[in-house]
Amino acid sequence: MSVRVGEAAQAPDFPAAAKDLLANAQLRKNVRHATDVITNKRAKVVVEMSDWQALRESGHRIKEHVLRHLDYYLDQFEAACTAAGGRVHWARDADEANRIIVEILHTHKASEVIKVKTMTSDEIGLNAALESAGIQPQETDLADLIVQLGNDKPSHIVVPALHRNKTEIRRLFLEKMNLSELGDRPEDLAEAARRYLREKFLRVKFAISGANFAIAETGSVCVVESEGNGRMCVSLPEVLITLVGIEKVIPKFQDLEVFLQLLPRSATGERMNPYNSIWTGLTPGDGPREFHVVLLDNGRTNVLADEHSRETLDCIRCGACLNACPVYRQTGGLAYGSVYAGPIGAILTPQLQSMEHSQSLPYASSLCGACYEVCPVKINIPEILIHLRSKLVQNGDPPISERLAMKGASFALSNSHRFSAAQKLARIGQKPFERNGTIRKLPGTLAGWTESRDLPAIPAESFREWWARRQKSKL
Amino acid sequence: MVGKASKIKAMSDARAEIFEKIRRSTGSAGGLREAEYEMIPREYRQSPTLDVQTRLNLFVDRLHDYGASVHRCRETAIRETIAQALLERGKRGLLIPDNLPHEWLPDSFTFQRDKGLSFHEIDQSEGVLTGCAIAIAATGTIVLRHSPGEGRRALTLIPDYHLCVVFEYQVVETVAEGIREMEKLKTVPITTVSGPSATSDIEMTRIKGVHGPRILDVILARPLTAE
Repeated sequence: MSVRVGEAAQAPDFPAAAKDLLANAQLRKNVRHATDVITNKRAKVVVEMSDWQALRESGHRIKEHVLRHLDYYLDQFEAACTAAGGRVHWARDADEANRIIVEILHTHKASEVIKVKTMTSDEIGLNAALESAGIQPQETDLADLIVQLGNDKPSHIVVPALHRNKTEIRRLFLEKMNLSELGDRPEDLAEAARRYLREKFLRVKFAISGANFAIAETGSVCVVESEGNGRMCVSLPEVLITLVGIEKVIPKFQDLEVFLQLLPRSATGERMNPYNSIWTGLTPGDGPREFHVVLLDNGRTNVLADEHSRETLDCIRCGACLNACPVYRQTGGLAYGSVYAGPIGAILTPQLQSMEHSQSLPYASSLCGACYEVCPVKINIPEILIHLRSKLVQNGDPPISERLAMKGASFALSNSHRFSAAQKLARIGQKPFERNGTIRKLPGTLAGWTESRDLPAIPAESFREWWARRQKSKL
Repeated sequence: MVGKASKIKAMSDARAEIFEKIRRSTGSAGGLREAEYEMIPREYRQSPTLDVQTRLNLFVDRLHDYGASVHRCRETAIRETIAQALLERGKRGLLIPDNLPHEWLPDSFTFQRDKGLSFHEIDQSEGVLTGCAIAIAATGTIVLRHSPGEGRRALTLIPDYHLCVVFEYQVVETVAEGIREMEKLKTVPITTVSGPSATSDIEMTRIKGVHGPRILDVILARPLTAE
């Protein structure tokens, strides 16, 4: 068994990666701009839904229910999909999934395959596996195309090229598509992608997709998208392979009425995304003649095993928690070293890897709770972050400086006299570093704290002191 | 080379191992499943609240929001309205699904029925004219089930222009009603279309037109019985 989440196991720790990225002003500007736009759009279309909280609750409860009966629903999905002409495969880990997909394509002597955005395929490193098997993968989602042409890494679940602005994308397209001229409006760039990919859509006979939802009752698969590249991939080729994480199954067709309301508003701030494709096995005269579903574990059953953090698997990959996260908004997604960035990535990535890698990610959060607030299926990310931190502590894995600091804090905070003495001491200690109520640089082991942010100085009088003085003067 | 038998064995091993791990993680809550599913709270809106005209106006508003053009007409005037829409877009003719009603088709335009056109032939066309299964007002969504009157999936996907006839009685108000209508069709391929193809992939700014039809026009027809 080798669970692999992209290259997360080899990625540098979050603080180290973030430090480099924070120095990239253009990237920060791009991320800030994009997340601002999407956060505002989302807020507008969420506020017009008087039943939003009820939808969130239903979404959460459906997912909770599915996970409790995951064996039943997977079995049901497999039977229904098979009855409709699909072929279902099971993959324990990334390598097994890659092997299955390569084998199917080899049977057909495929040399090229078109792909519609699937983060799960990035998780298992599918493109590299295809290339080394002599099969050229072609990403067709605009953002994925940008990432692929730029030999880049995805930085956002929904918009993997969010860290690139239109000027950078124009430069990339000019070079990689061999164009002599190209405008720099987003419309021009989309037009270039349309021309570049159209010939492939009409010609290539093999496609790979992910799935947003797999419906147990009917064996149907649902792909949610905007551009039409998804429709192209699932309905034009002769052979379609759909890669699905085992947590993507939902009980009934009717449950789509919850998720197809929650997902588009949360992901792109639209009332409904332009296109949804729902299909069931094979349909004579319309679409592929061969349809494979690869159901992937790759660590998901590890996540399932911990009842306190199981709801991590509720995620419908909308990306709202990334856009809302003050840490993500500063660093962008690349700092997380995983195809799953942001708050959800910080809890999903280490758990998929049995907490053996990506151990700095549960600390990549200020626990402000914005992620929980916007999560359409109510995943309590802050609580899970704390849970994972405590797991790391129990395993003896937190950094030594943190262990010492926590010991000190526990000594000082457990007694009010000690606390106020510590406060007074700090007030004196901070003098050389304070200017106008702000500390810009702390010394020694504390330096990390002020490396990328300022710290408000401890005021001359604490609330408790002010309160005590006020009570005295009243007497 | 791995033999077929050992491949099958690897697959059933994988399946068995995944199921075993799931059962170990969740225990067996088996018998309560159906009752538990029924108990999932669904306090969200599931039924309509608007009167007919408000519902239809909402649908039209949403389509306008997406940049789609909407022509409203009586059922008896569908043919003239199609002619008008084509004139406005400067089209000389369109592809049509095999079973599109003949009486919808205005003379002086060329309509080609899809009797197994190649993808390249579809790509060369000026556009496509179809009906639909249902529509959802709250989100401006058109639902295609790819019946003989709506054409196979490629037909409404490859062309750059889609003109769609929606009858007023096909328009439901909420997404929940829409999904329940779709549920009845569940094993046929379904495509939902909300405005023209679009992307937000460049700086999260929504722009129209990538791979699907870049222009969507809708004819909203009032049936005789509604007069």
